[in-house]
Amino acid sequence: MHFPKSRKGQRMPRFAAHPYVKENNLRSIERNTKITVPSPKRGRKSSSNKKKHRGRLISAGYLLPSAVGVLLFFVLPFLIVVYYSMIDNPISAQFVLFDNFVMVFQNAAFIQAAKNTFTFSVSAVPLAVVLSLFLAMMLESKIPFQSQFRTFFLSPMMVPIASVVLIWQVLFHFNGMMNELRSIFDLDKIDWLNSGYAQVVIVILFLWKNLGYNMILFMAALSSIPKDILEVAILESASPFQVFIHIKLRYISSTILFVTIMSLINSFKVFREIYLLKGDYPYDTMYMLQHFMNNTFSRLDYQKMSAAAIMMAIVMVIIIGILFLTENYFGKDVEG
Amino acid sequence: MKQRFGRIKKIDEISLERWEMEVKRKKRWRLRKKAVGVTLKTMAAACFAVLFLLPILLTITNSFMSASEISSNYGQVFATNDSGGKVYIAETVNLKFIPDMVSFSQYITVLLKSPEYLFKFWNSVILVVPIVVFQLLVAAGASFGFTRYRGRMKEIIFFVYIILMLMPYQVTLVPNYLVSDWLHILDTNWAIWLPGIFSPFAVYLLTKYMRRIPISVMEAAQIDGAGEWQIFRHICMPLCKGAMCSIAILIFIDYWNMVEQPLILLADEQKHPLSVFLSKINAGEIGLAFAVATIYMVPPILVFLYGEDYLVEGITYQGGIKG
Repeated sequence: MHFPKSRKGQRMPRFAAHPYVKENNLRSIERNTKITVPSPKRGRKSSSNKKKHRGRLISAGYLLPSAVGVLLFFVLPFLIVVYYSMIDNPISAQFVLFDNFVMVFQNAAFIQAAKNTFTFSVSAVPLAVVLSLFLAMMLESKIPFQSQFRTFFLSPMMVPIASVVLIWQVLFHFNGMMNELRSIFDLDKIDWLNSGYAQVVIVILFLWKNLGYNMILFMAALSSIPKDILEVAILESASPFQVFIHIKLRYISSTILFVTIMSLINSFKVFREIYLLKGDYPYDTMYMLQHFMNNTFSRLDYQKMSAAAIMMAIVMVIIIGILFLTENYFGKDVEG
Repeated sequence: MKQRFGRIKKIDEISLERWEMEVKRKKRWRLRKKAVGVTLKTMAAACFAVLFLLPILLTITNSFMSASEISSNYGQVFATNDSGGKVYIAETVNLKFIPDMVSFSQYITVLLKSPEYLFKFWNSVILVVPIVVFQLLVAAGASFGFTRYRGRMKEIIFFVYIILMLMPYQVTLVPNYLVSDWLHILDTNWAIWLPGIFSPFAVYLLTKYMRRIPISVMEAAQIDGAGEWQIFRHICMPLCKGAMCSIAILIFIDYWNMVEQPLILLADEQKHPLSVFLSKINAGEIGLAFAVATIYMVPPILVFLYGEDYLVEGITYQGGIKG
């Protein structure tokens, strides 16, 4: 039996009007009456609503410990920080609005720190993305010892930076290995850690630490590209370069974006490496925003600190916003 | 007609031979090209691998040098480190891969004669292990809450978690400091533990994983009469075992490596973990530094060797914030 299907409301009368059903098929008539009588269903619905409500409450209970902790340790204090950034000092608590921000902006150390952080991020992040993509492509193509290479590339991520910093100091010392390498090619010695080249050392250290992480993300993205599309492209005699540009890059575009953002965030954390290398007051070009914060901490200058933290937070929110918007855009593009 | 036919046949025979030869040559050529490509790629990968492994291996091999050998090789590196100038630049620094004489004297000194290093190592353990365990516990509950009965309110809260997770330390440390000051837990281990335990990182990752469990599984259990606790305990947790492992590894690496938090939240240097203490080893004890550094590397390397696949899986889950 085949009845014309349409919307629920229209179905019933047509169904009932069918002569065959009217005479013989009592069962389906029964079913019909069930649909027309609304009362029992509504009753069931309300009871399930109650159950659902209870479930909602219970699941909120599971969420509670974490939510309270986050509220207490991250959200509320952040609001206090916002408050601190707008008063002149905690005792008199005069409301000064943006004076603290202006003061921070006029602070030479802050400007230096912001500039250094900016130049570091701009130079390190693109390198991190390109090199890790290169490594991922290398591991994707069939080479021997693939899993061993993956282990090797990942290992710097595991090793605590404090352990290897000693070797780093030896390598980049004025009389260290890097300068000996340079002297083989008749180049002058460079005082790596106490000159303009300090940033280069930090970029290398950053890449060493973060390439493995990015590479894993890229490898996951590359392996999720549909194989049939690649096969079709090869059948249509596309060169490997064309396949890379038009298919692979297109498909991993959202991952590229994610890796860029993560590298950017990690590049803000590079203070750790510099602190372990050179302590609280490193060479000028290595003085990062976190140094500024730490040194303000030791002077307990809450207002300045809060203002700096809030500016940092605003920058982060903007970056994250860009991430979300562009990922929305790209995601639609590829899947649709 | 006849003539033409014959000619065509002749050419066919010749061209077939040629064609076969050509095919063979091309095949060989392609194979050779492929082989060359693979070897080139392998060599490049090997170069990178050497660069990546070099600092780690050097640290380990150098830890087997005797104190006198280290100070004669690197003495001036760490001497200039204190004064920060270019004062001691007389000799060269000899970087050695293999020690002249393998000796375990450094390890013996660290492990038996100078307890302060082991004490700092224990500090690290004490700081990290509770964070890993309790962050996972809190996160398991929270992500279950986020997974069951999704509503608009929960989505907003989850969004706040994501933003907090992405914030660098510069932003979160100031609030953490204020709260610790307010709760009078500054300068105690609680100042590190509590923000660590409630960190949104694990919640985010675990929620992302748990939301991939088909809802029908949980609903089936519910129809069979399971309560929320039973669904949580007997369905979600067993299914999330792998994810929990990978998240635990990620948290462990992150906190084992921590420097900023103890620097600011723990004024008392006795409570500092080894990671901070290592940077303060002075010139007189550099002989020990490599041995201590190697000992400090051991737990994460063991974790890594045991759970590399979990780690990779965890990183992969992080990809694509929106999930």
